[in-house]
Amino acid sequence: MTINEVQDNIIEEFSLFDDWMDKYNLLIDMGRELPVIDPKFKVKDYLIEGCQSKVWLHPEYDAKVISFSADSDAIITRGIVGLLIKVLSGRTPEEIIGAELYFIDRIGLRQNLSPTRSNGLLSMVRQMKLYAMAYKAQGLGQRAQG
Amino acid sequence: MKDISEIRADFPLLGRKVYNKPLIYFDNGATTQKPLCVLDAVREVYTTYNGNIHRGVHAMSDMTSEAYENAREKVRSFINAGKREEIVFTSGTTGSINTVAFSFGERYINPGDEVILSTLEHHANIVPWQMMCMRKGALLKVIPVSDNGEILFEEYLKLLSPKTRIVAVTQASNALGTILPVREIIGAAHAKDIPVLIDGAQGIQHGVIDVKSLDCDFYVFSGHKIYGPTGIGVLYGKEKWLSELPPYQGGGDMVEKVTFEKTTYNELPFKFEAGTVNYAGAIGLGRALDYVSDLGRDEITGREKALLDYATKRLSAIKQLRIFGNSPEKISTISFLLKDIHQYDTGMVLDKMGIAVRTGTHCAQPVMDRFGIDGTVRISMCFYNTMEEIDALGTGIEKVISMFS
Repeated sequence: MTINEVQDNIIEEFSLFDDWMDKYNLLIDMGRELPVIDPKFKVKDYLIEGCQSKVWLHPEYDAKVISFSADSDAIITRGIVGLLIKVLSGRTPEEIIGAELYFIDRIGLRQNLSPTRSNGLLSMVRQMKLYAMAYKAQGLGQRAQG
Repeated sequence: MKDISEIRADFPLLGRKVYNKPLIYFDNGATTQKPLCVLDAVREVYTTYNGNIHRGVHAMSDMTSEAYENAREKVRSFINAGKREEIVFTSGTTGSINTVAFSFGERYINPGDEVILSTLEHHANIVPWQMMCMRKGALLKVIPVSDNGEILFEEYLKLLSPKTRIVAVTQASNALGTILPVREIIGAAHAKDIPVLIDGAQGIQHGVIDVKSLDCDFYVFSGHKIYGPTGIGVLYGKEKWLSELPPYQGGGDMVEKVTFEKTTYNELPFKFEAGTVNYAGAIGLGRALDYVSDLGRDEITGREKALLDYATKRLSAIKQLRIFGNSPEKISTISFLLKDIHQYDTGMVLDKMGIAVRTGTHCAQPVMDRFGIDGTVRISMCFYNTMEEIDALGTGIEKVISMFS
């Protein structure tokens, strides 16, 4: 599935619910499916500084795709980062850099996007893209050396 | 006093819905909603007599200047200050504290001097002092608090020293609701000739404030937390201090004579009101103070005490809920956490039930550090809240617990 196909699936899943409580229950479930970060990476280096809830995000690059694992101390935030991972994990750095994440808006999480918003959704996306850029640059560097 | 439905009818926003549910507004500590009369007063400025104050020879300027000075008189009378010269309009509590911290620091603080604050301060009553102390080589001394969230008065007495230049404390903690014994704090400082600033941001709206009887040297508050507009605040300072302190900002209206060689400053209070002040805000604030006075300040205190008691009882009945701040003297604010549930999760779900609460550190990180937590959920109530809303909150919290466990 492409990034956009995954996004469309998420949008469809959320569209089944009108009530916010049901949407949150779905988010809570998403959080349970999250690839949980190895406790040894739950350290400051992998912490995304948000105002209210903590998010740890760890990237792993196998020279082809980046796999993310994460955790948060807030369950709804864990669900949100779980959604992001569903969309962006297992993708090449180029795919991640180029991804346009329209699903956030479409499922009604846009209010969580403003820069000062406490769950740091924007910081999570930025951090994932930064890792992708770093790996891409690293790849280019190695190719140049080789 | 008006009955509750009459009171609520004065506040247009309280009738709205959010996510198709009636709004329950429990974030009054952050900002209060506005009665129609305040909105009308501001609108009236712009629709009938707007002109820049203290400048024009024309009728509009005169009328606005008069309404503005009239608002100053209302503030003076509301806090029972001695003179109108002691009332400075600022942008808010933060603006007021920055003014005092800067100007007092310039005039009176030397390397090695000390400033006393409490652990319960809002960042607005920490950072300006910290900046001044860094500039001047001075030190901050902090009054610790008990597990109940009350300041340790004996420790405060120990901190008062010949090096102490000023004490700056809040009247009530925005994070926990604790009311501080400001009268005793001021008395002990004055016994050593040390002036005291009281941060009234969470105090002014809950009862009667009499700066003369309190004898505080500075008292500061924000308009928007007492049903007035945003962007307007008050700095009360005893005349003897305000006349001694250098101005904080330079600009128009605060000057007497300007040449490129030298500027002499205008008299009080204008010395501290550089540039075009938010006069429409000041006029709106004046009207808000009238509204509060008409409602009755003792009645407001009584009504809010009843809400606090009822909410404390209702929330305490939830066994997974822990209240932070159990001082016998509190404003109508309750900070709490639910066992094993992040404050952010609680707040997000309550929001979707139409219940507006604040979550996080409440701009008071040292308080959170004191209790070893990342933040709390805070409800801050005021006279227009109802027992039914508290019941709905209780039910909402129980729903949150069932959702996350």
